[in-house]
Amino acid sequence: MSETTATAGVISTPARDQPPASLVGPWAWLRTNLFSSWWSTAVTLALGYIIVRVIFDVVMWGVVNAIWTVPYNANGVADTGVCQLAKGSGACWALIADKYRLVLFGRYPYYEQWRPALVVVLFVGLYVVSAMRRFWRKELLLVWLVTLTVIGILMWGGIFGMTYVPEDSWGGLPITLILATFGAAFSFPLAILVALGRRSRNLPAVKMLCVLYVELIRGVPLISVLFMASVMFPLFMPAGVNVNKLLRAQIAFILFAGAYLAEVVRGGLQALPKGQGEAADALGLSYWQKTGFIILPQALRLVIPPLVNTFIGFFKDTSLVLIIGIFDLLTMGKVALSDPPWQSFSTEMYVALAVIYIAFCFAMSKYSRNLERDLNRARVR
Amino acid sequence: MSDAVADPRLINARTVPKKRLRLSWSDPRFRAIVWQVVIVGIVALIAWYLISNTSANLAARHIATGFAFLGRVAGIPIGESLIPYNPAEDTYGRALLIGVLNTLKVSIVGIVLATILGTVIGIGRLSGNWLLAKLTAFYVETLRDIPLLLQLLFWYTVLQGLPAPRQAWHIGDLFYLTNRGMRMAVLDWEPAFGWAIVAFFAGIVGTVVWNRRARQRQEATGQRPPVWPVALGLLIGLPVVVWAVLGAPFAVDKPVLKGFNFQGGATLSPEFFALLIGLVTYTAAYIAEIVRSGIQAVAKGQWEAAEALGLHRGLVLRKIVLPQALRVIIPPMTSQYLNLTKNSSLAVAIGFQDIVSVANTTLNQTGQAIEGIAMIMAVYLTISLSISLFMNWYNAHIALVER
Repeated sequence: MSETTATAGVISTPARDQPPASLVGPWAWLRTNLFSSWWSTAVTLALGYIIVRVIFDVVMWGVVNAIWTVPYNANGVADTGVCQLAKGSGACWALIADKYRLVLFGRYPYYEQWRPALVVVLFVGLYVVSAMRRFWRKELLLVWLVTLTVIGILMWGGIFGMTYVPEDSWGGLPITLILATFGAAFSFPLAILVALGRRSRNLPAVKMLCVLYVELIRGVPLISVLFMASVMFPLFMPAGVNVNKLLRAQIAFILFAGAYLAEVVRGGLQALPKGQGEAADALGLSYWQKTGFIILPQALRLVIPPLVNTFIGFFKDTSLVLIIGIFDLLTMGKVALSDPPWQSFSTEMYVALAVIYIAFCFAMSKYSRNLERDLNRARVR
Repeated sequence: MSDAVADPRLINARTVPKKRLRLSWSDPRFRAIVWQVVIVGIVALIAWYLISNTSANLAARHIATGFAFLGRVAGIPIGESLIPYNPAEDTYGRALLIGVLNTLKVSIVGIVLATILGTVIGIGRLSGNWLLAKLTAFYVETLRDIPLLLQLLFWYTVLQGLPAPRQAWHIGDLFYLTNRGMRMAVLDWEPAFGWAIVAFFAGIVGTVVWNRRARQRQEATGQRPPVWPVALGLLIGLPVVVWAVLGAPFAVDKPVLKGFNFQGGATLSPEFFALLIGLVTYTAAYIAEIVRSGIQAVAKGQWEAAEALGLHRGLVLRKIVLPQALRVIIPPMTSQYLNLTKNSSLAVAIGFQDIVSVANTTLNQTGQAIEGIAMIMAVYLTISLSISLFMNWYNAHIALVER
């Protein structure tokens, strides 16, 4: 405002308003950003050549020379001779067209696959709603509870006229989303308790337990925790009790994620000025009142971006269940590739899977960065 | 300080009388003790429940606990190992040791390469060249959004798609890339090389001593004696002279195609190679972000002030910017090194025989599930602890010394 009033009095001439042509416009941009020196020019030319070559090759392979459909013989077996001929020069996207239902939904009964499809939509909807700041209220907890229940009903079925489908037939993208989302939902409260325990000053025994748990889990790879769930867990249970493999992996994920999230939450607790807790004490609030109404709401708000980043990590880590034989997205991709006619087209499958993972992770990391900027706006001038 | 000025009459008034512990819920200390007893009791109860179940199950399945199986003959075929191994007569203990060595091998090589690649990419992201900055940003964003396991499977497929040994890609007759791995020529080992290495370490000691003397001279007289020529002479010249004096033995063991595969030379298996490429490219994306934010954390005024003092660019980077950037870089870098080491356990998915893979085979063959997993965890905990101890020491070494 003040600038406009100050310059209003000055008679503006077009020549004064516009900087010289050598400083603006596309040519100037090219000169400063691509050809500022001999060295920069050389880098631009070399990289430009490589990028054009790579893009050309990728387009030739993925679009121009690609095979989109293959004929099927009388038994319904694909004849991939065309793809074999084009191998190396053209992608065989017919593989994806043939296998996408198997990869996305696993061995779920074919005519019931609208249910896992709906579950995926519900999960995405849940993420979108949770991401919007206008929904950051207590009711969101209820939304999560209801959605997760509906997801359970849809997957298992057995009521409302839907046939019952046991966990062993689940597979594909819903498994990946279930492991990641339920893992986050259950490990989060655990993480808060552990972080509080680790920060407590007058409960040394509890603090020691929390430190032991966090450092032990963070010191070993996820694989070893998953092995523990698949090999050791049956030994832990009394004879005759059989816990489903998926549930065992889910428990391993919750325990693993809990330790990492606890460290993130602890970071938030440490970043909070000490005066907040002391003021709450001076008001005469009890420990849980102080923690629930004063400390946590502020501390958690501080760590939302790193929480999202940790969640992205878990989303990628769910692919590790391949090693203990649970049929998540990546495992289903491998299963689809074990079909003899398609065995030699793994690159196409891996590219397709990578696109799905990138879509989810990129959306989350983009969101996390925007959120970080928004939340910091009040503190950074 | 306060003791010296304190009024002697106040000493008694200041000490708070130690209250006796009351057995009442309103006493915070009593509450704390009760809570701790309850929580530790619950945890102990759960642990006891699991342990008693486990021992009952083990007894029912006739599995003897203990590490006696380590002395039995393993019979696990192991493709590559740093120490001699014969599956027909060597023990599980030795097989597991090979697994540990393989884990260490891929981790150490991976950490070094990922640091180099990550630093280059991180600096590239700050480049004034728009194309370079965008390309490196694209690399970082894409690699971080794909699960490492998927990347490893992809690299493994790519390496298996390489030509067979007969049509290998090669550089002269020294280096071959095939679907059986990488074959390269190596020098035949001679005792003279051992002495040259000893001379190299002597050169390091000599350089450190010379550098210290040069600094003392500089502080005393203001004149700095030349360091770099002396260091080069000690580090490269001395080993070469020792090698030459011992007769300069030199023989190359070249890989030669015999039948369907190569004989001679050194091999890197496709499994190791795929794991290494996957780990390095993936971790480098994270390291690049750490390096970028570390360099950006150094205020621009630091560059300008150093240039105003008349230091040339290399000295500015070495003496002013890097020491400050490293302080920001080291702690997150430590956790990336730990991540790389832990991620090397994904080797089991592509068949590289690291500790997880060997222990997994062992526990499948012997049924010693608890011991096998305990050993995996112990190995990784030891490695993690060593890396973080070393990095903490280094961090303290370069930390800002405050008043």
